Amino acid sequence: LGIPLVLIATTFPALLLPSPNNRWITSRLSTLQLWAINMITKQLMMPLDKKGHKWALILTSLMIFLLLTNLLGLLPYTFTPTTQLSMNLALAFPLWLATLLIGLRNQPSISLGHLLPEGTPTPLIPALILIETTSLLIRPLALGVRLTANLTAGHLLIQLTSTATTVLLATMPAVSLLTLLILLLLTILEVAVAMIQAYVFVLLLSLYLQENI
Amino acid sequence: LPAAVLLKDTKLMDVKLGQLGTWLAMRDFTPGGILGAVRRGYNRYYNKYINVRKGGLGGVSMVLAGYVVLSYIWSYSHVKHDRRRKYH
Repeated sequence: LGIPLVLIATTFPALLLPSPNNRWITSRLSTLQLWAINMITKQLMMPLDKKGHKWALILTSLMIFLLLTNLLGLLPYTFTPTTQLSMNLALAFPLWLATLLIGLRNQPSISLGHLLPEGTPTPLIPALILIETTSLLIRPLALGVRLTANLTAGHLLIQLTSTATTVLLATMPAVSLLTLLILLLLTILEVAVAMIQAYVFVLLLSLYLQENI
Repeated sequence: LPAAVLLKDTKLMDVKLGQLGTWLAMRDFTPGGILGAVRRGYNRYYNKYINVRKGGLGGVSMVLAGYVVLSYIWSYSHVKHDRRRKYH
């Protein structure tokens, strides 16, 4: 898995997206993708008010990118750049920091007030603030590691079960069971789609939890 | 018998085998030329298979299959240890 493959694997999804050519009725692929992007953007932007719509472009493009790279990684012999922790942390950390800083800058007392849920009994307050601060600070790490771990674990399981299947071809009956297991695993692994949804959703969750925009 | 069209402008399918060497030497190998060739090839593929009203699954699948083959070629030296042997 050499260095050039990383570059190609990261930039290849851009080739799959259509370029608009100012026709009124575009190709089928274009229509399909535009419909999907519109649906995604509407879903993402519904909880936010008007000022949050500034984030629409970056969140939608992030979601599309993650979707495409993860789905492309399911093909044989391809490389998934999102299995590298460095890349996921590089995606998660600046965006989380941006939401935190926006909240602290525009409405500091409200965003700090999120650290304490309402209606806690008074002796519990110091401990709870510590716990909430820890959970806040660990968010970027959690976002990055979640994506890496899910994808790597999925790939690893597929490799292992398929190796087991080919090795067990000598003894017949166990094979059919294992091939069924592989197929099921692959289909469930196209929950990489849901993975992306989880990523952007959680990102957005922290965004409108700030309710700063 | 002089050629009806200049050798420089003939397409690849019309070049005779003997003229292949000179034809290749006359192509434009500057970075701008290579970029232009890549752009033209991309546009031809895109307009033929993807940019049509009822494009099917085939257009995208060809690109994906090519991507799989490319990834195989790129990682061959890493992957060739995974052969099926009795003793590893």
